[in-house]
Amino acid sequence: MHWTDLGEFFAMGGYALYVWGSFGACALGLLIELLLLRRQRGKLRQQLQAHFDAQAALR
Amino acid sequence: MNKSHTLCWKFASPAAFYPLAGRMTPMFAALALLLGLAGLWIGFFVAPTDAQQGEGYRIIFVHVPASWMSMVVYCAMAFWAAVGWAFNTRLSAMMASALAPTGALFAFLSLLTGSLWGKPMWGAWWVWDARLTSELILLFLYIGFIALQASIDDPRRADRAGAVLAIVGVINVPIIYFSVKWWSTLHQGASVSLTRSPSMARAMLLGMLLMALAFWMYAIAVSLARVRNLILEREAHTDWIKNALD
Repeated sequence: MHWTDLGEFFAMGGYALYVWGSFGACALGLLIELLLLRRQRGKLRQQLQAHFDAQAALR
Repeated sequence: MNKSHTLCWKFASPAAFYPLAGRMTPMFAALALLLGLAGLWIGFFVAPTDAQQGEGYRIIFVHVPASWMSMVVYCAMAFWAAVGWAFNTRLSAMMASALAPTGALFAFLSLLTGSLWGKPMWGAWWVWDARLTSELILLFLYIGFIALQASIDDPRRADRAGAVLAIVGVINVPIIYFSVKWWSTLHQGASVSLTRSPSMARAMLLGMLLMALAFWMYAIAVSLARVRNLILEREAHTDWIKNALD
């Protein structure tokens, strides 16, 4: 490991904005995709459940 | 017909594939997490400082994997679209649709991280260079595919229209890959080549490959989760879906 302290690590040799910007953007992008997928799944299941409940009520 | 052949057709049915994909998703997600943690560790704590670019080069650990995956996912999307078109298998077409948003995300991240790398190294966020422009076209192809499918109500027709676009667009993938050879460019050449030994330090290469594998496993996990959503959406009228909900 070549970092002497935490400050040096975060400074990234003066490229902090670019390096952390890149990694942060990727983490955020993947996280948003995961959250959207989960929300979509919840919605679909809810819709289907409501549909099946309505069907069952008719019988 | 041999056994593997029958197995293949069995899982081409959404009803059989839905639970299988549900079991595979967490496995690929766990692999993505483990590979990602290992890649980040090597990328930040093992890989040495670059002689020319200092610590700024560490963007490579997300930029190259995102760029590679934007191309790999496109090829996979075009492949499934073509299979769906040729054999009229519903699940293949759904697989193509499930891959598109993830591919678009990787293309976007490739451009964004490239821009964040270009600014300190070239002095410009963007240049109209062959590599950058062809990657931008890739993003537009993904967006075009998603928009085209969304604009057509009949799913089978949407599948076919998307397939035509996806297959024609494949021509752009080798253009991106070879753009740095064919045209003069600011962009550096291929990071890894099969024909010559790697030019970068071994730890750098290892970190990059681990991150690329992590992104790959992530892409598989997410597309499987999305194809399950698509199945729920499209097969809502079938009986088996009812049991799948519990």
